[in-house]
Amino acid sequence: MSRSAAAIEARAGDGTAALVGYLPVGFPDVETSVRAARTLVDAGADVIELGLPYSDPGMDGEVIQHAVQTALDTGTRTADVLRAVEQVAETGAAVLVMTYFNPVHRYGVDRFARDLAAAGGAGLITPDLIPDEAGEWISAAEEHDLDRVFLVAPSSTDERLAMTARACRGFVYAASTMGVTGARASVDGAAQELVARTRAADDRHHVCVGLGVSTGGQAAEIAGYADGVIVGSAFVRALAGAAGDTEAGLRELHSLAAEIAAGAHSGGTEGEAR
Amino acid sequence: MTSSPSARPLEATPGPYFGDFGGRFVPEALIAALDDLTAAWEELRVDPDYLAEMDQLHRTYTGRPSPITEVPRFAAHGAEGVRILLKREDLNHTGSHKINNVLGQALLTRKIGKKRVIAETGAGQHGVATATAAALLGLECTVYMGAEDVQRQALNVARMRLLGTEVIPVTTGSRTLKDAINEAFRDWVTNVETTNYVFGTAAGPHPFPAMVRDLQRIIGDEARAQVLDLTGALPDAVLACVGGGSNAIGIFNAFLDDDVRLIGLEAAGDGVETGRHASSITGGDPGVLHGARTFVLQDDDGQTRESHSISAGLDYPGVGPEHSWLSQLGRAEYQPVTDAEAMEAFRVLCRTEGIIPAIESAHALAGALRLSRELGAAGVPSGHEPVLLVNLSGRGDKDVETAAKWFDMLPQHESENLSEEGADV
Repeated sequence: MSRSAAAIEARAGDGTAALVGYLPVGFPDVETSVRAARTLVDAGADVIELGLPYSDPGMDGEVIQHAVQTALDTGTRTADVLRAVEQVAETGAAVLVMTYFNPVHRYGVDRFARDLAAAGGAGLITPDLIPDEAGEWISAAEEHDLDRVFLVAPSSTDERLAMTARACRGFVYAASTMGVTGARASVDGAAQELVARTRAADDRHHVCVGLGVSTGGQAAEIAGYADGVIVGSAFVRALAGAAGDTEAGLRELHSLAAEIAAGAHSGGTEGEAR
Repeated sequence: MTSSPSARPLEATPGPYFGDFGGRFVPEALIAALDDLTAAWEELRVDPDYLAEMDQLHRTYTGRPSPITEVPRFAAHGAEGVRILLKREDLNHTGSHKINNVLGQALLTRKIGKKRVIAETGAGQHGVATATAAALLGLECTVYMGAEDVQRQALNVARMRLLGTEVIPVTTGSRTLKDAINEAFRDWVTNVETTNYVFGTAAGPHPFPAMVRDLQRIIGDEARAQVLDLTGALPDAVLACVGGGSNAIGIFNAFLDDDVRLIGLEAAGDGVETGRHASSITGGDPGVLHGARTFVLQDDDGQTRESHSISAGLDYPGVGPEHSWLSQLGRAEYQPVTDAEAMEAFRVLCRTEGIIPAIESAHALAGALRLSRELGAAGVPSGHEPVLLVNLSGRGDKDVETAAKWFDMLPQHESENLSEEGADV
């Protein structure tokens, strides 16, 4: 059974949307990043994405890129990420790892899947691994009962939406806009259309919207048409906001996460979620 | 998926896979653009109007065919009885083979109706070529260049700006070519509706490795005919430097199904054993970088390791996937050449033949001298003079400052006039 799907389903049953929160492991240090992820859970996040830092994060904007570089500079390793998964999964939240493919490739795809499952992880989100190239990972995920979350984009054709959704387990990650990660003043109108097109292509999966979400109002708006709201850069920025003051950063993170969770869990401003 | 060494023909393998290598490891948002490019390229590569326009540009703008030059005084530094021929891509407009690829991709950009091109550049040669083609075809152009390389190659930055291109220094990561590619991909994913990415080498996601290879194959086609014409036979070996590997794959491709040794020379910096090098095949492992599965310099966690080379153009921790495949098949050999070996070959060519090569190309020249000595030591059979064909991929104008510092040829007061960080040797 997919743990991320179950967490999203619990919200969908109430007619609201789930909050999926991202933070990179190792920013500002491994211990604080684990505390920060637990803070997200306390504040109401339903699914946690833990970022595995990578040297060449081609799909990330400035905020996450900087955080990830800091994590690498301070020596964060793949083994630290697996330990962080274990510590955050203890909260009962579904914990996915978000990673570019090379660190998994290097670790050994099957070995990574085995160790991730053993740590209590729910699965992987892979921003640079499309299903076309993911045969080895999909087999390993099957073997170790892990979720596999692939992305769809406004530029995806209907055929690719159907193919990608078929390959997913857990949920489908709808990238709201053409671009990289980073908080935006408004979430692109293309997001709603993309969610509708994805559902039309394959209606078996929950569809969550990410890229650009940073406020409770945006979360409430997305909750009106999607099953989940994915937030990353805004949380990283909040955590980093109180430079050098860990406790203040965690308080700021809690406050923002609670606001966005309230928006996501409000059931939306434009009618019921599915 | 893996091809056997006996599978022929090897030339013009269409991609997206070259044995275990290649593919498209990119965000989904780029797939539509890559599909569009693939379809447009499949159509254009056999389109008579496009081929005629490319031919016209090559003849009247680039200066093709580039000649081959026999260099007996240089060859004398190898072994007696071994002939060395240079394919003179250094004589192309903008100073290197890069223009072959860029003109093709710029015309493609116009064909698919986009008005803006972006590119990455290391030494600046691909950036200058792209800026040139953009000016020629009236396209808007932005070039990403690592901040470190902006310092090392200030002259090429000025050239790009004179040609009307915006140059954006990239300050993330190692501040070199690898990071410029990341930044260009970020721009592309954001602006893909209006913008085409003119990729500089035969690496990256499909269709770039095959498309860039096809556009650079003109080097091999010309050289093959020219060597046959001059010597009556195919060369014994073809040598070219390999960073990303576009000049090498361009010349190799025309000989892949012949009985000719193909040798790629990788930048070994201080020596592969020191860890300070850019020899992705010799000193790396299979991985995924910049959209393709290929050999990559990486640590135990799969983080990209920084590369090191005196040559900014070879200073890249990955390599085109077709080279990884040819190495795996044993069809091409890849050998490391240190900074010191390359600079010695650079010096010899300058002094013996009056040609100042790009430091990139000097790696191939060093490989030729090494092979020549090996052949000489093994005993050249009587009646057969081995012929080594070296791709001189670019000229050394951009490298004069680096070379002058390396050889300590500038008096102190003149040296002070150069920027303090001008040439990082």
